Amino acid sequence: MIRPLEHILIPVGLIAVGGLLGWSFFLAVTGEAGERLAAVALAHVPDSGVSNPVTSVLLNFRAYDTLLELAVLLAALLGIWSLGTAGSGFQPAASVLDGMVAGFVPLLILSAGYMLWVGAYAPGGAFQAGALLGAAGVMLALAGHRNAGLPSEGRLRLLVALGVFVFAMTGLLLMVVGDGFLTYPRGLAKWLILIIETAATLSIGATLAAAYLGGRPAAHPKSGEAT
Amino acid sequence: MNALLVIFDLLLTLTLLGLAVVTLTSREPRRAVILFIAFGLLLALVWARLRAPDLALAEAAIGAGLSGALMLAAARRASGRTTSPADSGDAEDAP
Repeated sequence: MIRPLEHILIPVGLIAVGGLLGWSFFLAVTGEAGERLAAVALAHVPDSGVSNPVTSVLLNFRAYDTLLELAVLLAALLGIWSLGTAGSGFQPAASVLDGMVAGFVPLLILSAGYMLWVGAYAPGGAFQAGALLGAAGVMLALAGHRNAGLPSEGRLRLLVALGVFVFAMTGLLLMVVGDGFLTYPRGLAKWLILIIETAATLSIGATLAAAYLGGRPAAHPKSGEAT
Repeated sequence: MNALLVIFDLLLTLTLLGLAVVTLTSREPRRAVILFIAFGLLLALVWARLRAPDLALAEAAIGAGLSGALMLAAARRASGRTTSPADSGDAEDAP
């Protein structure tokens, strides 16, 4: 017996998608060398306020992509929170692990700050810095801090939404007083990017650490620490 | 020097492909996650070899590190959920 969906529709659809991908690869390889997007973007890096080409694309030329990525992270955390409250967490660490965590967490926060600042002219940026902050939170959670060093739920909500909020508000403000959504004026670009990246870093770090806890923070997180 | 680099790249690619196959075919979630972390770290090396240090950093920090931690936690929860009602089904999980 032939089931139309599984035996005809899905194979034909897959073949069509495969053909499309092959065709676009063929076009990309054999296409005539016109003005490529990469060359245009590289030529405009000096206007973007930062000298690192990757950051200039992520935070200036294609800033709305990054804004949507932040929104995706936020939506993922909301999905995790909707699963219920976080588990009981890990046991408090023994002295050796505790000592290591006490040394590593400040180092990670310092590296995150460096990573954020260096993103303007070298590899780095908000996502890497946020990942370092998130790693600090994961370490704290593994060492038995029940709330992974995060603030209480009210403040955590603000912190988690901060990145998207600052990003979107900057864009809207520029739409009202400037040239358009997230079109930075020349002189201000560097500082606007830095402000957005700082907010995004804090948000990403808090989001990743909160995601590792695996649920909404417990109702009385402070009393739960080191039980 | 150049031949050495080519051999290194070849080894890297083959190891990466092998790891991908082993990760996808392993039946135990925990094992798959640990292999996935190894895969992510090697992929970071590949990005570094392709002279994309930004991507290498992001892959090592987010792809291997944090995703790995998240998936390990998920695997722990999943195995806790399947084995806690009946511990007798333990033999099924063995690879």
